[in-house]
Amino acid sequence: MYGGGNVFEATKFDDLEQEDPVKLAEFEARIARGEKIEPSDWMPQLYRKQLIRMIEQHAHSEIIGALPEGTWITRAPGFRRKLAQMAKVQDEVGHAQLLYSAAETLGKTREQMLTDLINGKSKYSNVFNYPAFTWADSNIISWLIDAGAIVNQMANAKGSYGPYCRALDRICAEEAFHLKYGHDAVVHMATGSPIQRKMIQEALNRWWPPIMTFFGPSDKMSMHTETLMRWKVKMASNDACRQQFLDMYVPKIWELGLTVPDPKLRKNEEGVWEYTEPDWDEFKRVINGDGPCNAERLAVRRTAEERGAWVRRALLAPKATYVRPLA
Amino acid sequence: MLENAIKDLLYKIADDQLILGHRNSEWTGFGPMLEEDIAFSSMAQDKLGHSLAFYTLLHQMGEGDPDTVAFMRNADQFHNSQLVELPIGEYDFSLIRHFLYDNAEILRFESLSQSTNEEIAKIATKLKGEVRYHVLHANTLVKQLGSATQESISRLQQSLEYALPFALGIFEPSKHEQELIDAGIYSGEAALQNQWLERISAVLEKTHLKLPEIANLQPVYGGRYGQHTEHLQPLLDEMAEVFKIDPTAEW
Ligand SMILES: [Fe+2]
Ligand SMILES: [Fe+2]
Ligand SMILES: [Fe+2]
Repeated sequence: MYGGGNVFEATKFDDLEQEDPVKLAEFEARIARGEKIEPSDWMPQLYRKQLIRMIEQHAHSEIIGALPEGTWITRAPGFRRKLAQMAKVQDEVGHAQLLYSAAETLGKTREQMLTDLINGKSKYSNVFNYPAFTWADSNIISWLIDAGAIVNQMANAKGSYGPYCRALDRICAEEAFHLKYGHDAVVHMATGSPIQRKMIQEALNRWWPPIMTFFGPSDKMSMHTETLMRWKVKMASNDACRQQFLDMYVPKIWELGLTVPDPKLRKNEEGVWEYTEPDWDEFKRVINGDGPCNAERLAVRRTAEERGAWVRRALLAPKATYVRPLA
Repeated sequence: MLENAIKDLLYKIADDQLILGHRNSEWTGFGPMLEEDIAFSSMAQDKLGHSLAFYTLLHQMGEGDPDTVAFMRNADQFHNSQLVELPIGEYDFSLIRHFLYDNAEILRFESLSQSTNEEIAKIATKLKGEVRYHVLHANTLVKQLGSATQESISRLQQSLEYALPFALGIFEPSKHEQELIDAGIYSGEAALQNQWLERISAVLEKTHLKLPEIANLQPVYGGRYGQHTEHLQPLLDEMAEVFKIDPTAEW
């Protein structure tokens, strides 16, 4: 799952002026023709940097995203849910693995990326800084956050960088199952006992504000954004993604008799969804580290890395330590 | 009563698989490498699936339905070995437990696949392929880490020494032992333990690890008769936390 593609921090744009204009023109022509860029092909530095940043953020979002739902694996009610929850979260970890490999083709190692994650240098999807208080929260994540991720990933799968597109094709196929699973779980809750219905409505109330920020604030149409769109790094505007998501899922939420906690939410005569503007100040605060779970998420990741360091050291150790049996 | 003997056997297999599957799933998001998160999760899913297969068979024999049996019993009603209920600890312990357990499990499944009880034989035959992968995974990593660095060798050695008495508890004989052997249901715990020792010795010989003298060890028994460590009940409480909000609900 993912939704952090919006976090394109400004890179020094004058980098572009250093590029060979002939190669740059050729590169842009290839992308315009719909060709994919492969790891050994020439590419502008800015393209490489932005892609690393984007794929890395996506990968981080997958492993950090595994945590809120992961805490419900051991508590999932009944065999069917327990098995599905395990498989679903496992898939997310698998996505991280695929994406780190895709990012590695651009020259940054998994180890470096994980170090940057732990140090708070790289970002991940902001929604995972919110807690999954109950089983119902986990269901809402499985359904609606994955739904958002699919909107995002389907768009990105048409991008220009070959390895990322191929990873996304595989990921999207699995996400389709997550969506089905999440929807099925929410349906059972929303049509279940009074306690279940109450749980799922409360979870939706908690998760709606983060969901509305999932695609990021409206894009400022800068030269920077335009270039990234021309290079097919950024494939759709944040608002377009949000509209598509609302269009696909709000009716499904209503169908279940659930209430979306936004009195202003409606589709206007032009077919555009109107809503209460999300609290972007909070979004900024949380993404910069001050959310309910930022510290916990990174601490978990850091602990996992530290506790597992001896395994990685041992597996990387040259076979030479294999001198002779001790006994 | 052969039927009771068979039920007892099936419960211990199913409970082992459920509890170890649950424990292995706790590695999701916390593994030393993403590959191990994924591997432990795969095994957890398989184990859970295996337990479900045996609970389903038990249900056909008149026991409660799988969800109720798995999610509603208390610790003293569980027949798993104490080995599987121990917390995941550090990765070295989880790996060694997985190594000791799955090398036993493959033998149990092989024996059961020859069972005179056709239902059991069918399930064991179907599932043993998956257990073979688990064994392969454990053996590969034990061989690698058991010969890699001083640090990895000494960690594995310590975990091996800690886990072995518990692992011997896998083979705690039941009171129906002879009846099951005579009826050709499976080969019995003593035979399995002997074969198991050969198997794990063969792997450990390829490493810098030393298998402690088994004769000097005191096996940790009791699990098969409902006696458990302080770790099982909290695990079960956690597992049933949501289920018990409304046991009659469909989740
Ligand atoms: Fe997903
Ligand atoms: Fe994913
Ligand atoms: Fe999976």
